[in-house]
Amino acid sequence: MDAKQWPLWEVFVRSKQGLEHKHCGSLHAADAQQALHMARDVYTRRQEGVSIWVVPSSAITASAPDEKDALFDPMADKIYRHPTFYALPDEINHM
Amino acid sequence: MYTQSLDLESKDSQGKDVQSKDSPGQPPTRLTDLDARQVAFDARIAADTKIEPQDWMPDAYRKTLVRQISQHAHSEIIGMQPEGNWISRAPSLKRKAILLAKVQDEGGHGLYLYSAAETLDVSRDDLVDALHTGRAKYSSIFNYPTLTWADVGVIGWLVDGAAIMNQVPLCRCSYGPYARAMIRICKEESFHQRQGFDALLAMMGGTEAQRAMVQDAVDRWWFPVLMMFGPPDAASTNSTQTMAWGIKRISNDDLRQKFVDATVEQARVLGVTLPDAGLQWNEARGHYDFSPLDWDEFWRVINGDGPCNRERLATRVRAHEEGEWVREAALAHAQRRAGAADDDRAAA
Repeated sequence: MDAKQWPLWEVFVRSKQGLEHKHCGSLHAADAQQALHMARDVYTRRQEGVSIWVVPSSAITASAPDEKDALFDPMADKIYRHPTFYALPDEINHM
Repeated sequence: MYTQSLDLESKDSQGKDVQSKDSPGQPPTRLTDLDARQVAFDARIAADTKIEPQDWMPDAYRKTLVRQISQHAHSEIIGMQPEGNWISRAPSLKRKAILLAKVQDEGGHGLYLYSAAETLDVSRDDLVDALHTGRAKYSSIFNYPTLTWADVGVIGWLVDGAAIMNQVPLCRCSYGPYARAMIRICKEESFHQRQGFDALLAMMGGTEAQRAMVQDAVDRWWFPVLMMFGPPDAASTNSTQTMAWGIKRISNDDLRQKFVDATVEQARVLGVTLPDAGLQWNEARGHYDFSPLDWDEFWRVINGDGPCNRERLATRVRAHEEGEWVREAALAHAQRRAGAADDDRAAA
């Protein structure tokens, strides 16, 4: 770690028990413990969360926008994955 | 709080060049690559699809956003000062706690915005340095002094009210991280305006001296607040481009008019007079007419010659310098904690 820099962390907050953590922004902190406390101060002043995750930004791997088509196109023509693809008799169509 | 400095270039237009994200330092291999990306970008903007940090974007779009978002962040941080001035002299514990929460929010808003700016591949240190050396601007309104407790209420009512007017359309800005930061900020901003109005209502229901104090504050803040919306549309050189990019959604003059129309009724409820003899309902237009603003004052203040510019910047720089030991101590503590963890693992 560069002597003078606080590294960047991404912050994820679970707003309610049972929901997933959602990304809400980033902050600089010297280490993980500090990042947690700061995330509490910056992102949950109004009780927006019951749980916080902090992840070094450098640990995040993101798909490249340029590769979006190649990555996601294969899903486009597999409409048989959707329930609406199947036409069933009215009497039992609630399935 | 908000900056109206959408249209205003920072002093050093040859400032640090932002690297293009896709191929740093290298031009596209064929001209048609660039054309195709521009066409795709334009189509996204036209379709109101968000631009996200890793997406290709024109260099000028990136630069404009870095400037606008960071200057917005600077405004929040500097904006902590005029109200921070009154925390130690708030008239009651309730008002003190409320003011502390508000100023804390402003700090938080600055942090949301710095984070959003950093997604555009600039460092926090560079942004802060631009502010400290006077290359970056912040909203002109924070260069005015808070002379009485009534000023604190008026700032909440009028300054935050104007900020909200500016910020709601920004929630629909084309750049994802900025739009999301604005949504978060707008949720919190509403209390800022309400607490200000609430404090003024209390004073207007008080003594003659308290009512006079409120009126005096309104007299001093009204015109500077109207200038928060920026120069008139005719004089706003960058507006056309920022509107075409989906960053700016409503023109300066339109926002200013909306604000005046909304505020007249609030002033009536409060029992104060807005200090403009030219403020009159225009039936034909369906809006309030108001007197022309002194744009000479605006340019003087934004360019460094307002009542508090030097003090605001000096205070900010001093806070940064005097806080150096905190930043160093945090790093030292983190390193020691990491070292102790390593020792535990080695011993296990």
